[in-house]
Amino acid sequence: MAAEPQRASHHWLDRDAGPVVRPYALTQGRVAPAATEFDLVAFVVATMPELPPSPHLQPEHHAIMAACWEPISVVELASKLDLSIGVVRVLLSDLRSAGLISLYEPPAASQGHDVDVLKAVVNGLRAL
Amino acid sequence: MDSERSDRIPVALKILIAGGFGAGKTTMVGSVSEIRPLQTEEILTAVDGADDLAGVESKRTTTVTMDFGRITITDDLQLYLFGTPGQDRFWFLWDELSQGALGAVVLADTRRLAECFPSIDYFEQRGTPFVVAVNCFDAERRFGAEAVGRALDLDPDVPVVEFDAREPLGARNVLIELVEYVARRQLTSAGSRSRG
Repeated sequence: MAAEPQRASHHWLDRDAGPVVRPYALTQGRVAPAATEFDLVAFVVATMPELPPSPHLQPEHHAIMAACWEPISVVELASKLDLSIGVVRVLLSDLRSAGLISLYEPPAASQGHDVDVLKAVVNGLRAL
Repeated sequence: MDSERSDRIPVALKILIAGGFGAGKTTMVGSVSEIRPLQTEEILTAVDGADDLAGVESKRTTTVTMDFGRITITDDLQLYLFGTPGQDRFWFLWDELSQGALGAVVLADTRRLAECFPSIDYFEQRGTPFVVAVNCFDAERRFGAEAVGRALDLDPDVPVVEFDAREPLGARNVLIELVEYVARRQLTSAGSRSRG
């Protein structure tokens, strides 16, 4: 077994060592949501204040529900809960198929961005 | 839990901050926005060449941490900045990031100009509007914006600006430059559509 007998002293301790639980253990090994959705800047919002009791829901589902009581973007959610984007997408997909969250994907950019929105961005940036 | 919650869905726009290693991506995102780390755990899948995973059978995921920051313009309008991971093996992340992105800022370090070539190629090929921002730290201004534009063989209308990534105002001005450039392109393409 002693595969790495020469290993130097540990550099990675505590948080630096990464999560104790492998990320996709939270999703029972499921790596992709049922559908390809949940853009990084899509917004999600809970459809009800609390989760109904269910043996299939995990603490992370509850944490997501609590965090998306008001609309929150997918990327913000992942950062806030310190979960990876991929994991968040799978969990969101569970919640969405149970009708517990609504999803608002950003408008397709193929038709370009609204010039009025761009002007508002420039004005907002100038005011910073 | 109170029932008075905001249910307005803001408009969120993505801007990519790209450039070579050490060009100032993290500094820039941090100087104009509240920067936060974001984990993107990606699955290594072998689609065509199953042999690609030979020797790494036990490694199915790769963790990439990237920087992201948010600028709240108004309650209904938010700007998200993503510092793109520099290494080539993270191109898959770029594809997702540039999907629907407003545009990109390519940071150039004149001491290592070649390091921003891949980013420029990428955005040119995808048609993502970008500006080149020459990061002038240590007052080490060896080349002007014009010379950099020529050296990079940029399309003449691609803006090249000089700034200091550590200065919030400098970083902000680069973003303004980008958004104005995107607006100009938009108007031009709308104009040519209506003429045609």
